[in-house]
Amino acid sequence: MGRRAWLIIAIPAVTLFIAFWLLPMAKLAGLGAATPQGMDVSAYWLVLTQPRYWQSLANTVGLSLAATLATLAIALPVSRFLARHPAFPGRRVLMSLLIFPLAFPGVVVGFLVILATGRQGVLNTLAKAISGEPMVLAYGMAGLFIGYLYFLLPRTIGVLMAAVEGIDKHWLEAAQTLGASPWRRFVDIELPALTSALTAAGAMCFATAMGAFGTVFTLGTKIDVLPITIYDEFTNYANIPVAAALSVVLGLATWAALYIANTLASRSAQRR
Amino acid sequence: MTLASSLQALSITLTHCAKTWPDGSRALEPLNLEVRAGETLALLGPSGCGKTTLLRMICGLEKTDAGGTIRFGSDDVTRTAPEARGVGVVFQGYALFPNMNVAQNIGYGLKIRGVDSVTRHRRVTEMLELVELEALAERRIDQLSGGQRQRVALARAIAIEPRVLLLDEPLTALDARLRQQLRVDLSALLKKLGITCVIVTHDQEEAMMLGDRVAVMSAGRLEQLGNPEMLYRQPASNFVADFLGTLCHLRGGPVKHHHGVDSLTFRPHEVQLQAPGHGLAASIRARFYLGSHVRFELVLDDGQPFTALAGPDAPWQPGDSVSITLNQTHAA
Repeated sequence: MGRRAWLIIAIPAVTLFIAFWLLPMAKLAGLGAATPQGMDVSAYWLVLTQPRYWQSLANTVGLSLAATLATLAIALPVSRFLARHPAFPGRRVLMSLLIFPLAFPGVVVGFLVILATGRQGVLNTLAKAISGEPMVLAYGMAGLFIGYLYFLLPRTIGVLMAAVEGIDKHWLEAAQTLGASPWRRFVDIELPALTSALTAAGAMCFATAMGAFGTVFTLGTKIDVLPITIYDEFTNYANIPVAAALSVVLGLATWAALYIANTLASRSAQRR
Repeated sequence: MTLASSLQALSITLTHCAKTWPDGSRALEPLNLEVRAGETLALLGPSGCGKTTLLRMICGLEKTDAGGTIRFGSDDVTRTAPEARGVGVVFQGYALFPNMNVAQNIGYGLKIRGVDSVTRHRRVTEMLELVELEALAERRIDQLSGGQRQRVALARAIAIEPRVLLLDEPLTALDARLRQQLRVDLSALLKKLGITCVIVTHDQEEAMMLGDRVAVMSAGRLEQLGNPEMLYRQPASNFVADFLGTLCHLRGGPVKHHHGVDSLTFRPHEVQLQAPGHGLAASIRARFYLGSHVRFELVLDDGQPFTALAGPDAPWQPGDSVSITLNQTHAA
């Protein structure tokens, strides 16, 4: 392709990037540097020095990490089973059920969690009938964790299933004839072949969980995670500089976590 | 002790082995077959004839139907899992592990067996020398040519000192010129190792070059088993005769008149072309000069086509009339 043709493609791309990424981001970052009303330091300083913001960040990262690991741990065996058994009775129904929640917005997922584990929920009714003790998970971290699983599992299973299907079965058979047990075949052949898919799926889970808002908002605004804190600062206190600074912190924290995960994954791939 | 001297040759005996798929279709009719200790047996047949299924049964990746038994020497391995059978397998496409380099691929079976790293390194080096890839030990698999991959796969299979060696279309993925060379190399290597070996191929020339004996298969059945020369000269069926080289059939009035039989079956090289006169009259339709010989496509006067091979100096051109005589004919 000639230089002119490259320019014809590059100019709109660069324009779009500047208009919809660079300018709003720069504005956001700039807003965070402003001084909130009644304060004498910038919003970044406030966010970095006040323990309650750190607590909110720690909650968000911890919960997102737990949801990501739990999702991968559940999705991997399920995806392997589905990919390796293309024709068992009920497979199509199961696949449809798995895919069904994909289109749900966070609000609906939150509602589902309340129906399952809320005060009037199935879990509470069962617990009271069996032990007499109530069991309500919906309105705290546990509820949010369950909501994230609802949200993340269908997406992750889809990605991992495709990756498992992409593994050449002759690799596994070759390992088998060389003497490898099922466990060794999994560790030596399958896991390395799935590393990039697991990393990509994990990154998607983590980033989605870090920024999820609808589910938290439905379950209750008392849950202390960053998206809710940002919402509070923005709408309830009209503290736009702090909301902007927290947004930048959320973005950076997510980026840093994904960067570390990627580095670890590529290092482990090289070591093998 | 070098590997070649440490390998012991065992016979492979299949008794009443059949394979039925879950949908009820038969991949393999009940079959008895003995691969003698130290010999190379080529399983030859068209795709779908059951030859790969048979190979997979020997290495344990497919189970035989109830009643079939497989023995290595005197050891009944019918119920032994593939990982415990001690078979070296070269898969079609080679199935090299992409996350390991050449040396790691070759050493994988030894690592699984818990062989210490010093011994493992020595054995891998020995294997690399055997297949002449010493310089490529650290290469990634995607940096290798097709021929190099084939040799890595072979080295990986042999490194575990297998009781038997199984090769599934080991040369099919390679281009024609390289295949020709590797056939010679592979044949020499198998002779040197003296291991019992089964090779699956759909290529008759490959089967005849590599196999001490060739088992011709068709539609899940063993058609004939014998050494290449016997199969070629005394084929048990038209299928075998046709699969091992071109076979021509002619029948009708002129055939009866000149040869006193209802029909003739012969190989192209058995035809002698002469100037028109005695013998069956035919005309040349096409001429292909192939260096060592010329291949002619001919038709009898009544339109029946056949093929003939002649020396490189054969003068006839398309449109010429000739008469033919046969050196040797098979019973039709």
